[in-house]
Amino acid sequence: MTDKILTVRMDAHPSDSHTLSRYLATGGYEALTKALYDMSREDIIEEVKASNMRGRGGAGFPTGVKWGFLAPTEPRYLVVNCDESEPGTFNDRQLTERDPHQLLEGIIISSYALGVNHAFVYIRGEYPKAARRLQRAVDEAYEAGYLGADVRGSGFSLDVTLHLGGGAYICGEETALLNSLEGRRGEPRLKPPFPAVEGLYAKPTIVNNVESISNIPWITTNGGAKYAAIGPERSAGTKMLSISGHIAKPGNYEIVMGMTWRELIFDIGGGIPDGKALKAWIPGGASAPWFVPDEHLDTIVSIDDVAANGSMIGAGAVVVMDETTNVVAAAHRIVRFFAHESCGQCTPCREGTSWLEAVLKRILDGNGRPEDIDLMLDISDNISPGLKWPPAMTTICPLGPSTVSPITSITRWFRPELESMIARSEVAIG
Amino acid sequence: MMSVISHWSLENQERAQSILASYPVKRSALMPLLYVASLEHEYVSLDAMREVAELIDITPVQVQSVATFYTMFRREKVGDYLVSVCTSISCHLNGADDVLAAVEEATGVASGETAEDGSVSVEHVECIGACGGAPAVQINYELIEGVTPDKAEALIKWLVDTRPAVLLADEMQQLFGGRRSFDWGPSEFEGAMRPVPAFGPYGSAGGSALEGR
Repeated sequence: MTDKILTVRMDAHPSDSHTLSRYLATGGYEALTKALYDMSREDIIEEVKASNMRGRGGAGFPTGVKWGFLAPTEPRYLVVNCDESEPGTFNDRQLTERDPHQLLEGIIISSYALGVNHAFVYIRGEYPKAARRLQRAVDEAYEAGYLGADVRGSGFSLDVTLHLGGGAYICGEETALLNSLEGRRGEPRLKPPFPAVEGLYAKPTIVNNVESISNIPWITTNGGAKYAAIGPERSAGTKMLSISGHIAKPGNYEIVMGMTWRELIFDIGGGIPDGKALKAWIPGGASAPWFVPDEHLDTIVSIDDVAANGSMIGAGAVVVMDETTNVVAAAHRIVRFFAHESCGQCTPCREGTSWLEAVLKRILDGNGRPEDIDLMLDISDNISPGLKWPPAMTTICPLGPSTVSPITSITRWFRPELESMIARSEVAIG
Repeated sequence: MMSVISHWSLENQERAQSILASYPVKRSALMPLLYVASLEHEYVSLDAMREVAELIDITPVQVQSVATFYTMFRREKVGDYLVSVCTSISCHLNGADDVLAAVEEATGVASGETAEDGSVSVEHVECIGACGGAPAVQINYELIEGVTPDKAEALIKWLVDTRPAVLLADEMQQLFGGRRSFDWGPSEFEGAMRPVPAFGPYGSAGGSALEGR
């Protein structure tokens, strides 16, 4: 059984996996030739549907189904989301820096299948190296006739434009990204209309994540059924997981889902450094509710199993915290992030995130009040009524509800620690 | 339309032109043009915003509304070296606050401030996607991973003493970094010359003269 798709080339050829010559020498652009000459556009879309690949950007919506929603009017656009900014996530950076042609071939095949003649890659401004590597790949591809007018004599034409962001997490949300790409403030749009109907310049647009698109050449070559056969039924294929925090072997791991969290953290990640005990981990980036060892070590690493346990795999960021972690300080860091990144459109998020940050800060500073726990839960309930999972929303996008995750996590799993921190404040204030 | 930037360097005028040509709707060029304009003007000045507005046929206040949304468009001059210390969750868990303190100490500049001589600006930033190599620092957006307080101090001393014209991530990583998020692959000879992301089409990547070094 195949256990790696995306990282094979970079592992085998660390010195030049990003170059066109190495890409060609390892079977690169053969999938494109197959797509252009042996497959119809519909065939490709059918293979992607058959792959059951769920979008790798966080929401987990099946890529082929999304493609099926694309309205037939022209022009249409493909926008690749490389605005990877979820705290804990760094796998798109590796895929873009280390194998940019794999991403680019995915873009070309996808554009052909979707009837797109101009694709954009939105790269976060803090990733200049990824942007340089991908731009070099784009330049090489134009030169070799994989981009531009009449791609490899097929009659299909495609231009690719790279676009750097300006340091705003919210632009990873697809409609905020589209606004940003249009030269506007990165504020999410109300949906519907969905981008597939009215996206970039109000034209039909598919927005896909880097990892999703990087899988397209393999799916084109090997067929959707083969991809669907990898891993658990509703978590098909491989997934890049970024593991960081208090972990012996941090890094990106391309895994087949279906193992337990115990195996992931202790076998693959090498466990907790310095013989310390595991206190908690975030299974899917800063937006996700935390897991704790007593409850979740034997939970399965899959999109559905994590969701059934009240959290998410998201974009695949696992952040591990050892026994020495001050969970209130950790929650404050995450809440501070969302308060900083709130776009300000929706009142519950704009006001709520800042208040949550302020209350956590005063608890950390030794000025906590006994009513602060209820106050934080009340603010959280205004942002995401009912405090359930998946979160209810009072806002246009999920950023606000994401802020609630660390709050419900520490109040649920570490309430005594939070209470004793507040109690110490009481004594200090006297 | 291009006459509004006729006082820009020829190179930057050409960059602006090719950026405008790469979008079907010219307003999309706004952010890239702000990067080019900030090279031309050292930062996103009022003049820069007026010029960009004219290039894409919108009003200056519309440009300002966009520029102020994003943290990377600097509306004041920052130091020659912008030191960004990540203090988000994974870096925080691995001691980023101590790295930030060491940077502030070594520069004499508090986070959010610029040295009086204009050499260095310091800021703490949210996640920069280097969590596997935490704690991470960027100098003019070029990444160094696995930075300790001692290494951070040495890095600042190196910056101030040698005042490198081009910042190469690989070189800085080798000198002052530690554990990385992943194997970066081979060395690169392009790097940052200014506190603007070093990306060729925006005119901000330098160091090709170092090719083969």
